[in-house]
Amino acid sequence: MKTLPAADVVIIGGGWTGLLMAKELGSRTALSVVVLERGGPRKTDDYANSMDELDYAVRLRLMQDTSLETVTFRHSSGQRALPLRQLGSFLAGSGVGGAGEHWNGVCFRFLPDCFELLSRTMEKYGSKRLPEDHAIQDWGVNYDDLEPHYARAEEMMGISGKAGNLRGKQIEGGNIFEGWRSAEYPTPPTKIPYFSALFREAASTLGYHPYPIPAATTSQPYTNPDGVARPGCFYCGYCERFGCMVGAKAQPTNTLMPVIQKRKNVSIRTGAWVRRIVQEDAQNGKRARGVTYLDAKGEEVFQPAELIFLASWILNNTRLLLLSEIGEPYNPDTGKGTLGRNLTHQVSFPAVTAFFEKPLNRFMGSGSAGVCVSDLDGDLLDHSRLPFLRGGCLVAFSLGYRPIANFGVVPQTVKTTWGLEWKKAAVHYYDRTGNIVFSGEHLAYRGNYMDLDPAYKDHFGDALLRLTLDWRDNERNMAEFATGKSVEIARAMGAKEVTLFPGLKRYDATRYQSTHLQGGTIMGRSPDRSVVNPYLQHWQIPNLLVLGGSAFPQNASTNPTLTLLALTYRTADAVVDRYLKSPSPLA
Amino acid sequence: MRRREFLTLSASSIGGVLVYSLDRRVFRLSTRSVESIRIPLRFFSRAEALIVAAAASRIVPSDETGPGAREAGVAVYIDRQLAGPWGRDRYRYSQEPFEEHAPPELGYQGKATPQQIYRQALKDLTGFDLLDTAAQDEKLKEIEGTLFFSLLRRNTIEGMFCDPMHGGNIDMLGWQLIGFPGPRMSNYDDVDKHFGEAFRPKPASLSQVTRGNVRPSEDEV
Repeated sequence: MKTLPAADVVIIGGGWTGLLMAKELGSRTALSVVVLERGGPRKTDDYANSMDELDYAVRLRLMQDTSLETVTFRHSSGQRALPLRQLGSFLAGSGVGGAGEHWNGVCFRFLPDCFELLSRTMEKYGSKRLPEDHAIQDWGVNYDDLEPHYARAEEMMGISGKAGNLRGKQIEGGNIFEGWRSAEYPTPPTKIPYFSALFREAASTLGYHPYPIPAATTSQPYTNPDGVARPGCFYCGYCERFGCMVGAKAQPTNTLMPVIQKRKNVSIRTGAWVRRIVQEDAQNGKRARGVTYLDAKGEEVFQPAELIFLASWILNNTRLLLLSEIGEPYNPDTGKGTLGRNLTHQVSFPAVTAFFEKPLNRFMGSGSAGVCVSDLDGDLLDHSRLPFLRGGCLVAFSLGYRPIANFGVVPQTVKTTWGLEWKKAAVHYYDRTGNIVFSGEHLAYRGNYMDLDPAYKDHFGDALLRLTLDWRDNERNMAEFATGKSVEIARAMGAKEVTLFPGLKRYDATRYQSTHLQGGTIMGRSPDRSVVNPYLQHWQIPNLLVLGGSAFPQNASTNPTLTLLALTYRTADAVVDRYLKSPSPLA
Repeated sequence: MRRREFLTLSASSIGGVLVYSLDRRVFRLSTRSVESIRIPLRFFSRAEALIVAAAASRIVPSDETGPGAREAGVAVYIDRQLAGPWGRDRYRYSQEPFEEHAPPELGYQGKATPQQIYRQALKDLTGFDLLDTAAQDEKLKEIEGTLFFSLLRRNTIEGMFCDPMHGGNIDMLGWQLIGFPGPRMSNYDDVDKHFGEAFRPKPASLSQVTRGNVRPSEDEV
């Protein structure tokens, strides 16, 4: 194995969090920073010819190659797990920018009480209301700590939206339920296409408080505090599963890379497949010494480093620590160990499919154009008489309706799925159909976790990560409640016929839900119940920090990107202001 | 290498249309200039292609609402997909052990590739293209629950509505049928207008829109 000259900093993973850390350290320090990305390079020009539904949205050209590595899945710990042979319920990205290239750009902040979920819920409802096998926790950070970092992340991306709570003052037209914000959004809301406008009007009539989705598909040309300029969105509708051909959708490649490329102290190595983080005994416990990886030519390399950031998305963050034998794997029977615990997804599904008389022109849109209501989110409803805790949002997206994915959806009165009658209905309803989507919180449970699979291996012979995950009654009851509410809105929108979501049964790994899996290396105030401290620093190894959604102890109802970027900013400050002066535990 | 086979389509059945040849040059046919065209096949035998063309056109038939799978060239699309990386499971995790009777929530767990699934199923459908349409529908009802049928249905929809560079959606017939304009660089001036009325820009394909050189996945090695 070849040993390279030592670097000050190694960052594993070139997605949103890894590249944001590279930008911050590269700009604010003179440290040598090496980013190791196992996929290939990407840039805006690559996307000029990418408006092809088949190759990108169906064949998933930007996603992780499952022939090399996937995960195995089972519903409960007694079962034998099987590999997810193709991606389904979530879409792991690959290459520079990671999943931040193919995202929709929906950019919510989490509600303030999400960060203190356990204490707030106990306070209000008592321990008896919590599901027996729950594993929910406080994050060890609260909304007020994060607010300035949320604002920085929004400015970096130029998020379009309308504030609903400016320093405590409620503003109609924004989300009046959101946490306080120190400033208005950097850019005004996106345009609202017809389907979403229908939803906004109907929701208002029913007493909800609809507001435009906060969007990283920026509504107008914008230059961020780093001097990076991006054009406004053209509403072509090729966002989710695609890279933005004009750079209007904030992506790591168009928002962070222009800064990073000017920094001589940052280098990005693509095709670098990290296999282990190497630790050694040090004076006061353990420290990480560097990482081993296979380079683009397949040669095994050791890269020593003083400081290591693991930023390779939820699943690989957890898996690399397991493979490197760093930390104690979680055992669901004894509750001992922390690594791999609290795997959550999101309660995300099309609550109602509504069929309209008039055409909707749904090919026009943008990944985060649309309207949301949050009246059912968090703990805004009184749950003492409801059969579930927490809640979520109802959303009418106008993200660009594409024919391969959507042709063939017909009202229930049509009993066939092929042939003449079906075709006639499918042609008629193609542009007269819309979904109201529900996206809800997923509580953490003792039995939902990750470990290494005993049977299936990756391309190099390392064990695959095994997910053990299923819904509980809290999610099923929440889904049923949300479906009922969404039907009322669909009717008020003028839907002639509606199809209801059939309900959550077992977790379905084939139905795309969201790419918002969380947990595995969760943050917290105690090393007995978390893997990293509130600054995302490993409890046992102070020169190892783990960035990304793997730190979330449980999931909130909305999209996680803004929160994981805010956490990364906060960690960057702690590293630059404190750790570099005196390398030691930050908490 | 096996002898190259061709699918011969009657020009009148596909109308005066754009046809994409194997080397991707586009030429326009009119019913007056030729009576039939021969499209080189990449995976199917001629007999197999005729069965697939017939079955796809029962899934999305041609009728007074507009053209169907036959006119859109769905069989040509499926042939190319099967010959390409998708047909060979190039990107699918294919380490053993396989489990043929896995819970449906874990997705297809079998060993057979799309190429193998089609080839096997088409053996059992020999002569299908010679049946009358009522008998064809009966036969398809019998196999409705099979993996092959679900693949065929999915691939038929893909072939109806993909970008024409993939061999289906010839002359953007599928897009015209449903009022989809294909990739448009900008909807900025229209996205918040036309409420309640159909806005139907003339369809354009990716190569017409970007004028770039696009390499479809089925041409990857």
